[in-house]
Amino acid sequence: MAFASKKDDEGLSAYYNNKTTVIQEARVFNDSPISPRKCRALLTRIVHLLYVGESFSAQEATTLFFGTTKLFQHKDSALRQMVYLTIKELAGTAEDVIMVTSSIMKDMQPNSEVIYRPNSIRALCRIIDPSMAQGFERFFKAAIVDKTPSISSAALVSSYHLFPNAKDVVKRWANEAQEAVNSKSSTSLFGSSASGGYLTAWGGSAGQQTSGYQAVPSTSYITQYHALGLLYLIRQQDRMAITKMIQQLGGGKTGAGTTLKNPMALCMLIRYAAKVLEEDPNVQKQMLDLLDGWLKHKSDMVNLEAARVICEIKNVPTFQLMRAIGVLQLFLSSPKATLRFAATRILAALAVTHPSNVASVNVDLENLIGDANRSVATYAITTLLKTGNEASVDRLMKQISGFMSDISDEFKVIVVDAIRSLCLKFPDKHAAMLSFLSGVLRDEGGYDFKRAVVEAIFEMVKFISACKEQALSHLCEFIEDCEFTKLSVRILHLLGIEGPKAPQPTKYIRFIYNRVVLENATVRAAAVGSLAKFGLNSNDSGLKKSINTLLNRCLDDVDDEVRDRAAMYLRMFKECLLADAYVKEESVFSLDVLESKLVSYVNDPSASATPFDASSIPKISRAQAAADSARPSSLETVGFPSKKEVTPTPQLSAVETQSAFIQQLKEVPELATYGEVLGSSKPAQLTESETEYQVTCVKHIFAEHVVFQFNVSNTIPDTVLEQVAVVMQLSAETSLTEDFIIPLPSLSAATSPGIVYVSFTRDSPEEYASGSFQCVLKFVSKEVDPSTGEPEEDGYEDEYQLEEVELGAGDYIIPTYVTFSSEWDRLRGGASATETFSLSAMESLKAACDSIIEILNMQALGGTEDPASTTVHTLQLAGMVVGAGGSGKALVRCRMTHSKTQGVTLELSVRAEKEGACGLIVSAIGG
Amino acid sequence: MNLTLYSITAFIILDTDGNRVLSKYYRQENNPSATKGLANPKEQRAFEKGLWQKTKKSGGDIILYDGRLAVYKHSLDLIFHLIANQDENELMISTALSAFSDAIHMLLRNQVEKRAVLENLDLVLLCLDETIDEGIIVETDPTTIASRVSRPRADTSEIVINEQTILSAYQTVKEKMTQRIAAGF
Repeated sequence: MAFASKKDDEGLSAYYNNKTTVIQEARVFNDSPISPRKCRALLTRIVHLLYVGESFSAQEATTLFFGTTKLFQHKDSALRQMVYLTIKELAGTAEDVIMVTSSIMKDMQPNSEVIYRPNSIRALCRIIDPSMAQGFERFFKAAIVDKTPSISSAALVSSYHLFPNAKDVVKRWANEAQEAVNSKSSTSLFGSSASGGYLTAWGGSAGQQTSGYQAVPSTSYITQYHALGLLYLIRQQDRMAITKMIQQLGGGKTGAGTTLKNPMALCMLIRYAAKVLEEDPNVQKQMLDLLDGWLKHKSDMVNLEAARVICEIKNVPTFQLMRAIGVLQLFLSSPKATLRFAATRILAALAVTHPSNVASVNVDLENLIGDANRSVATYAITTLLKTGNEASVDRLMKQISGFMSDISDEFKVIVVDAIRSLCLKFPDKHAAMLSFLSGVLRDEGGYDFKRAVVEAIFEMVKFISACKEQALSHLCEFIEDCEFTKLSVRILHLLGIEGPKAPQPTKYIRFIYNRVVLENATVRAAAVGSLAKFGLNSNDSGLKKSINTLLNRCLDDVDDEVRDRAAMYLRMFKECLLADAYVKEESVFSLDVLESKLVSYVNDPSASATPFDASSIPKISRAQAAADSARPSSLETVGFPSKKEVTPTPQLSAVETQSAFIQQLKEVPELATYGEVLGSSKPAQLTESETEYQVTCVKHIFAEHVVFQFNVSNTIPDTVLEQVAVVMQLSAETSLTEDFIIPLPSLSAATSPGIVYVSFTRDSPEEYASGSFQCVLKFVSKEVDPSTGEPEEDGYEDEYQLEEVELGAGDYIIPTYVTFSSEWDRLRGGASATETFSLSAMESLKAACDSIIEILNMQALGGTEDPASTTVHTLQLAGMVVGAGGSGKALVRCRMTHSKTQGVTLELSVRAEKEGACGLIVSAIGG
Repeated sequence: MNLTLYSITAFIILDTDGNRVLSKYYRQENNPSATKGLANPKEQRAFEKGLWQKTKKSGGDIILYDGRLAVYKHSLDLIFHLIANQDENELMISTALSAFSDAIHMLLRNQVEKRAVLENLDLVLLCLDETIDEGIIVETDPTTIASRVSRPRADTSEIVINEQTILSAYQTVKEKMTQRIAAGF
């Protein structure tokens, strides 16, 4: 049983928790006369059983449910209220619950002034079939606008539950919901303006009360919250209506004129406003004004919601952001932990994007480092780490060290991640941070925490060369006493790569060999590999000899993997060629291409006759591979959950799409002689998305050819298209000659999309031919005979005009990732070009950046695609320009200024490995 | 951002040893991700165990646990929790919990401890039902909530006490006493 207490109340719990007893005792429901007290006690036990994790079978639930319904005979309101709770809880599992509808209906009637009337309304939505909702329409409409808040709320909540299944019916209750939003019933109970008519009604109903129930008027106005929620549900598809609703209820610029008194209702309104603002930039100003007004509302809840929403808006004006931060700053010194938690959480998330603005509350945040609520303290610390300047780092680190021991692992990971990003921001402070990291590495902690620390140190090794030696020796010490095999293996691998380059490689060898002696097989194998790299990469013959001796000892290992590795490396010591191929090799296969080739090799039974040919797979440097696999640091997403879930769009990297196309093209025999595809564009839509025929185009660049791949879809179910071809007409003279069209013999809706290829020869491959093509889809359309499913004999020829296809500079360029500054310097001596353009049509720097990136199809580096300033910006781009004689890197630096009168002025500098590339890029922007 | 009224994922009462006193997980059919990982009793139990580790020390009031917002309140040997999605407004959840807790204090006359809760389960369950309905906060005014919870009344067939019955009781006692005294001697 899920619930078991060993304390003195064991007897009591056991009594409450025996399902069999409860089912047996359900006999009391049939007793005559009914004992309300006993029955209520038993119903309580049924519900409690459900609440401690017990479950009833459908059979048991049905029996209990119908036993319960017998209790409708008794008028006792205390019993009836419990009956309704039980009905609600059992309705999910019991069968035929619909049978009690009429009993419930009786209690819902407006003339029954009883305590359980709201309960009956809320239970109703659980038992009725959505198709019956229609029958209750009149009743619900009346109940929603009822003067008693609890009845109105119950009706609204019940409608809300019904909505997903009975949309059409509930939608008709919008007017009543609107009335409930505006209703002032709660005030009229207290206010001096209470209407006489209402008072009479009140007195009259009190007279009828049989149960002695006196409704205590609610002071919370919560009906507005429910009514607003339902209204939104009804209107959510209609943005205009929602915008109007927000304006009406928002209460003007100050927010004072609103009829909404319930803070939760206002919070919902704020969320709706944020949604509208995100979708419709036209109302941004208006919505921001409203949000601004809500920052001054008297309820903390409303202030908080408004501040959170403002902080999450992209490109929010700074003064508005600062006002929101100001509100949060007040919360930081609140005595309520909840408020401090909420404020620090928002600030911590905001610090990722706007560190300088958040820095203004640093003083208040520092007071929270010792907060009793550890979550608040952690958020404060991480925010400080992001916003702090170099001078405050040392002090912060000291404070954190004192506090690390008493926070949970999850928070430790957050702190370590914050420090990791800080290391990269202030490389000069590496000493303090490294000693901090090595300190916490010695602390107790789980795998996730240790991994975070080890990864942080790895990153320091990678990016801060000054601390490399120190960091490596910390890691050596850590593996001496590391309980996590995975971490040991990763560290040994890193030592094998970095260790031999260190000034004194010998000092690591002792640590590594200790692993061979003391650890499990997995770690021993990794240690052997690491040791061998020291020997193979060193020119010191003494060292080589010692490593040889050590490896020879490993030949006696009990584990075969360790022995095999040792044997292999020993062989390499003898044959330098092997060592070059396996240890010193600096390039790796492009894994995506390798994968796709391997899959096709495995799937093709005839291919197994010959061994797999690995030489056709492009190789990339280790650095490139690392850059490809680099994902955004976990720091940005972990730990700041108030940020909206960022769903990573499955953006295929250039290499991945490439490998997919290579696969497709390989299957076309006519194109087999063209050689490797140098580059493929993204698919471009040539038709509207709702038309009968849908066509997209992908351009493939070969050394001496250009192939257009048209993916054609036929969306009409009863016709078959035959002889499908795309006729391309060059609109201007270019150095391209059409070779052939590979048409599709037949295309039906089921076989769509099919592919039509059109091939052109590049007359002078060293030029980058460009131009636009008019395209017409030609085909023979035939009806399908519905009885046989065969196309009819006769068809008619038809044409379908497609949009133009452009062949431009972007098609010759593949985006690639490089470290801009170093690469830019490296290409100083290569081909270069600089030109100034005036782009008067551009409205903003962002628009200019977007269109440059689109035209050139290059990778924007270092986040430069989002201009921080509105007047001056530098965009950095990198790409590979493909050509007949191999491809070469090209880097572009776009310095831009923007003014209202002149638009965007652009100074474009290109540096490339090949001369032609510069011309291509400059003419692409110029043209 | 949660644009619906469904704001509460679960209501949990644990005792100071981490045992479940009662817990109610709301289904939230339109948002299945909210209850992901809490679908069956086993996962719920594991969640509660982990949660208790974080909330057993009083004074925190609020924590982010397992990707969820947990607002909690200690009362003698019990801990009340409200669980919500992590992007929920903290004060909204905290208001709901305070409303429930204040109402329960009124109903149990400030003796909110495990024994009292188990002895007055009917009041506690109804009080919860009046505060939260299938994940929607129904009411946040504690007085209203407490007033909407009915107390069990004595069965109508129970003894009626009036002048006559008292007199007859007195007579019975008197008779018995006389008999005893007589027997004693």
